[in-house]
This record gives sequence, C-alpha cells and structure tokens, in this order.
Amino acid sequence: MALRGVLRAGEVAIRVMDMKAARQHYGDRMGLHEMMTDDTGRVYYKAWDEHDHHSIVLREADSPGMDYFAFKVFDDATLTTLEQKLEAFGLQVERIEAGVYPKSGRRIQFVLPSGHTMQLYAHKEQVGNTLGLVNPGVVPDEGVIRGFRINRLDHLLLGGGHLDENVRLFTEVFDFDLGEKLVDHESGASLAVFLSCSTKPHDIAFVLQPQQNKFHHVSFLLESAHDVIKAADMIGKYRIPVDVGPNRHGVTRGATIYFFDPSGNRNEVFAEGYVHYPDTPTLVWDTRELGQATFSQDNTPRESFLTVLT
Amino acid sequence: MTETDDHRCDVARCVDTTRADAPLRHMVTVLDTQESFACRSDESLLAGMVRLGKRGIPVGCRGGGCGVCRIEVVRGDYVRHKMSAAHVDATDLSNHRVLACRIVPAGDLEIRVLGRMAQHVCAPPATDSAG
Ligand code: FES
Ligand SMILES: [Fe+2]
Repeated sequence: MALRGVLRAGEVAIRVMDMKAARQHYGDRMGLHEMMTDDTGRVYYKAWDEHDHHSIVLREADSPGMDYFAFKVFDDATLTTLEQKLEAFGLQVERIEAGVYPKSGRRIQFVLPSGHTMQLYAHKEQVGNTLGLVNPGVVPDEGVIRGFRINRLDHLLLGGGHLDENVRLFTEVFDFDLGEKLVDHESGASLAVFLSCSTKPHDIAFVLQPQQNKFHHVSFLLESAHDVIKAADMIGKYRIPVDVGPNRHGVTRGATIYFFDPSGNRNEVFAEGYVHYPDTPTLVWDTRELGQATFSQDNTPRESFLTVLT
Repeated sequence: MTETDDHRCDVARCVDTTRADAPLRHMVTVLDTQESFACRSDESLLAGMVRLGKRGIPVGCRGGGCGVCRIEVVRGDYVRHKMSAAHVDATDLSNHRVLACRIVPAGDLEIRVLGRMAQHVCAPPATDSAG
C-alpha cells in the first residue's frame, strides 16, 4: 500500500507545571520553534522540517502528563471512513468542528482501550520548513536547525492496560502493522506493543501499566546517531535530568537518549532503525531478553523504564 | 516553608565555594537507613543525594512529575517548588509529605522514604495515584 489512510503522529498535547521552564526546555534547549501562544495560554511548537504549523502543544496545569494526541490522516474522506469504522469497532466518536483547534480542520476524538484520548484530523495549516517549495535547496538558514537538531516529531509511547485491544483497534481500524512486541516469557502476555503505519519501525507504542492513560515519552527524530551523541552533550551541559544515556533499543534498533522536561515528562531523541514494510513479519521479544530488547548496547533493563511515567 | 515559582532548583549553576554567596550545606539524614549526606542550599534534596552517589530515595523524573521520590520530612525547614498534584495533595503538603526532587533544604533535615520503584515488569504493582 502506498502511504495513505493514517499518516503520522501529528500533534501531542503535553501538560507542564511551569510554562517559563517548559519554554526554555522545548524552545531554547531542544531547539523546537515556538509558533504561537493562544488565548488560553497554550504554547505551540514545530520542528524545523515539519511543514504543518505545529506538532507540540504545551498547557500549564497542576500535574504533568498528556492531554491528548492526534494523528494526521490523508484526506477528509479518510476521516469519514474511519469514523464509521471506529463506531463499528464499538468506540464512541466525538466530532470537533474545524477551527476549535487552532490552524486545524475538523477532528474526531475517541478514547482508546488504554484510556488515552486520541484525535484524527486531515487538515492543518502548512507553513513550510523555510526552504520554500520551488528549487528549495537543502540547507536552511543558520539558526533554523538548532538545539538538539530535531527534524520532526517521530512517535510516542503510552502506558495503560488492554494492550491487545489497542493492537486490534490499530491494526483492524487504522491499518497499522504490529511491528514488534515484548511479551512475558511465562504467560505470553503482551508487555509492550509497537505499531507502524509507515516505513518506520514504529509510529506509536504502548507499554503495560497498572493505571490507564499514562504518558511514557514523546520522541523526536534526529538526522543520525551522531546527532544523538551531540544532543547528549547539550543535555549534560544544561544538566537536564537523564533517564537513560545514549544507547540503542533492541526493539526498533533506534539510537536513543531518554531525558525529562522540567515537569518530569519523558522525552526522547531518536535516530536510525530499520525500514518496515506491510509484509515485514512481527518481531517478538520476551522477558528472557528484556535487557537487550530495551537497551541493546549494555543489555541491561532499567527499572525506571517501566515504572517512571507521568 | 515557602513555595516559589522557580521552575527547579538551580543545580546547573557551577558553585565556587570560596565566594561569599556560596551555597550553604545542610545535613540530610535518611531515617530508614540512618545515612546522612550534605545537601547544598541551591540543589534539590534528591539532586544532592544523586551528586554524592548516595542511595535510599528512588530517583525518577527529577521534575516533580512521577512521584517515585516521595518522602516525609520529619524535622527541619525546606523550600518547596511546584510538584504534581496527582502525587501530592493539600493533606500531604501539610503533613510534609513531599517529592524529594522538588524541595531544597533550608536547614538540617530528617526524612523518611515513602516512594517506591515498582520492582518487577511482569507484576506491576498499583501506584498511589494517576498523573
Ligand atoms: S523523581 Fe519524579 S517526582 Fe521526584
Ligand atoms: Fe521511543
């Protein structure tokens, strides 16, 4: 299948406890571009190479975590089809008028079996990546790529229950593939599932948690594993709390570093990994190799990986 | 104790201890283990513990978001920064149950560890609250 239907994670709405500190983190340190503040005080960011107006929305609140996330779909007809498929699946779908979310066309919203609020939309104002569309060249002006040199929003990992129901929803309704999964060796129960709607190893993942609707991390794509190391240098310089230093995931083969924003929300910068196609078989890891599945350069599981969420 | 708007204690500042405005040091005693460490007045209690390679309080997000570093301050003064309402409510605050990554000692402290890292991936225990 050519890439139609559900395209990508296009928007993640994150709660922060202090907007001033969050702006320093997401803007000055990570190098995302602040696009606007709306009349409720929410602050909107994009990564330089995204054409759409924004991909990260910050809201000040008394606890951190995620309000909702949204995937962009190919066109309005896709939205209509998916609304019917979602209802046939048994989910309640709420319609949101165009313009309710800034720069955005109409959306549909529903709650996943894992408790997370998900939205789909087909249109968002495109502002470009500064290079233009005709003879765009390849390198933007000095200062456009900055901070951690983030190219774009890549994926998110969310915590909750009913992982297999989530897999059924994403594969049957949204045409995702189950790229990889981590299971308990004794019981065979799913502990983490990794789903792709593209040629990336994953576009969204879920990890088993005792509580519904938990936020594990949002991940940003860098150009190379070398850029991950350079981001780690900046993380060290600015004393940003690190969860797991530079390593490579067994699952997805991505080069990674995990760190936290000033409100304790986990972020990741990520590069590389393999190419996934719809006919790529599902790869299965089990708890006998929990270390390698999570962090393959030292084969050591981190307890914080499965227990520290917002 | 006072609550400030500061987003986090300034652990990033490089400290010259010979300067007149060099930070004070306060002794923090973890009653569970009877271990003590000297925490600076410009770093969170948890950051002070981590910097010295000490253990005892679980270390998570270090931003007052995940709740694993919950402690009870049994004795002593401290400054409290913003922490997740999903993990610490008004009753907790008045009973000095706080998140160690978001308090800064203002004198010697005695504390008890309340937070716990869930131990096993296959049997995730219930945690105290959502967030
Ligand atoms: S370490 Fe997460 S709240 Fe303190
Ligand atoms: Fe990730």
